Amino acid sequence: MRRFLTSPFLLVGAVAVVVAILPMILPSNFYMRVAALVYINAIAVLGLNLLMGFAGQVSLGHAGFFGIGAYAMALGPVYLGLPSWASLLGGTAVSALLAFLVGRPILRLNGYYLAIATLGMGMLVAMVISNEANITGGPNGMEVQRMVLFGWRVAGSVTWYWISGISLVIAALVVVNLINSPTGRALRSIHDSEIAARVLGIDVARYKLLAFVISAIFASIAGSYLALLDGFVTPTTAGFLLSIELVVMAVLGGLGSILGSIVGAAILVILPQALTVFHEYEHVVLGAIIVVFLILLPSGIVPAIAALIRRRPA
Amino acid sequence: MTIIRRSLLIGAAAMAAGMFASAAYAQNTIKIGSVLSVTGPASFLGDPEKKTLEMYVRDINAAGGVNGKKLELFIYDDGSDANKARTFATRLVEEDKVDAVIAGSGSGSALAIRGVFEEAALPYISLAGAAEIVLPVRKWVFKMPHTEPMSCGKIFEDLKKRNLTRVGIISGTDGWGKAMRAECVAMAPKEGITVVKDEIYGAADSDMTPQLTNIKNTAGVQAVINCGFGQGPAIVTRNYRQVGLSVPLYQSHGVSSKSYINLAGEAANGVRLPAAALLVAEQLPDSDPLKKVAIEYKTKFEKETGQPVSTFGGHARDALFMLVEALKRAGSADKAKVRDEIEKTKNFIGTGGVINMSATDHLGLDLNSFRMIEIKNGDWSLVL
Repeated sequence: MRRFLTSPFLLVGAVAVVVAILPMILPSNFYMRVAALVYINAIAVLGLNLLMGFAGQVSLGHAGFFGIGAYAMALGPVYLGLPSWASLLGGTAVSALLAFLVGRPILRLNGYYLAIATLGMGMLVAMVISNEANITGGPNGMEVQRMVLFGWRVAGSVTWYWISGISLVIAALVVVNLINSPTGRALRSIHDSEIAARVLGIDVARYKLLAFVISAIFASIAGSYLALLDGFVTPTTAGFLLSIELVVMAVLGGLGSILGSIVGAAILVILPQALTVFHEYEHVVLGAIIVVFLILLPSGIVPAIAALIRRRPA
Repeated sequence: MTIIRRSLLIGAAAMAAGMFASAAYAQNTIKIGSVLSVTGPASFLGDPEKKTLEMYVRDINAAGGVNGKKLELFIYDDGSDANKARTFATRLVEEDKVDAVIAGSGSGSALAIRGVFEEAALPYISLAGAAEIVLPVRKWVFKMPHTEPMSCGKIFEDLKKRNLTRVGIISGTDGWGKAMRAECVAMAPKEGITVVKDEIYGAADSDMTPQLTNIKNTAGVQAVINCGFGQGPAIVTRNYRQVGLSVPLYQSHGVSSKSYINLAGEAANGVRLPAAALLVAEQLPDSDPLKKVAIEYKTKFEKETGQPVSTFGGHARDALFMLVEALKRAGSADKAKVRDEIEKTKNFIGTGGVINMSATDHLGLDLNSFRMIEIKNGDWSLVL
């Protein structure tokens, strides 16, 4: 068990096994859809966790990138005649560029300036999407053409379960690799102490920017997946509430924890579905559960459990 | 440590209980699914819709159900989020295996879930306003409320009656406001109306004085039309009086709930809007076919919920009874048969008007279903 917790590659392997086995247990397409939503959100949270848990910066506008990715899938095929895969890449490139432009000047500053800047940026993206009604369909949203790859119409909960599940495993691998590389070590040292990191000759601003751009790319891809899964996008995909939800997922699951990102996403996606039995009180119960988790497990669910296991004699 | 473990266990147990609770119902019922915005920005739509559906399903079941079977209602709250609505729509289809759907409070949600029900070949009656939900006609999709173009049509009709032809338009950037503005501007020349000033405000703005001042300073404005939804129109109405505009102000049926009058206060007096007959149920002439249904619903809703009636709940009532009649005619809950029967709905008298569906019209309402209403002394008053 200890070795399992300390070896991130084993951990990613375990995630892959779960993704592979789950369809045999899940009774219907609805559960497949919920699982796909968990994976899609987890991809975005993984990126965000890289930024929050390792580079020590908060983004309150990640839904902006999510929204750009989603609307790229809606707009690209209609206005530019791009196939879906090219729109996905295009959306990702736009998100990365935007993150670069926002992050480059701001990440040179100390403190939580990025949180404020991204807060504004996220809201601007949502505003543009809902105001440019002629292009984006405005608040009512717009339809997304189904992706067609080599004549295969990529649609349905089961298909997207596999695409999002496999993508999540790849995303986790990328993050694990990154964390265990010199870049990752630099990021972790920044999180522990920026001054110490600077003294060691680490270009703090550059690494923070790198983490921010990567997190934007993850969020954008997740947004594109969601648009393709739903076949429809509305401005709520870029909304402030989603930004907050992503942050909550990361904090709840555990900052700096790969498994935590997935667990956090799973809890926030599955709980509202499970709590419908409480009818009017579901929001109260949801809020209460999150508060209880954060009071009892302040470092996040996964790190807290890992610490518990480690404390026991082997 | 034990506390942590116990709370984790409880959490897991709650989750498991929730996931499986829905599967435990008996099968011998007709299942009606619903995704509504009971909370969030669109809750003023979803809340009366939910209460109405629950109230009537309870009554129908108490009276023996439909075709000898009880109705079973599955209502989920999408929190005004289209993505959540889509997940719940999938749940209705895959998990609850419903026979028909009455859903979609806001147009965004209604459009987002449309595809799910079309793929599953389920009769879907939408409660949202946007005309594009049923334009072009889609086999499985029907819609209850009047659309934005109808609002323009009715307002223009009234303008012409009053010999007013030069109008200013002020519209919100919400979905409703935008769609209606586009329709009004496109329709105006055909109706002999000139739009002399066209102003826009943000859906969340708290002051529209500048736009209204622009309209006031435009020569020859004989009336102003406000295309909008939610709180915007109430602010426009207040500002309208503040800047001293005195020409008639028209609102759309998007404001047809008491909360608009409460928000706008005194300023609302004199405002005209096209709306469902429900708002002025008691004032309708006895010859009006809608009178009986409207009074019945109004009395019942206000008695049971203690809230003033709104047309949005009325649409939920109409949808439910139209579906029940279709179920009775079909003699079963067979989805294709029920769909065909909904399409054959003729002379259905609801709170929103007399509904005549056809293969080319899945809305079934015409301008006659609207009543022109003027607000007098803080209450709706029928313009005859």
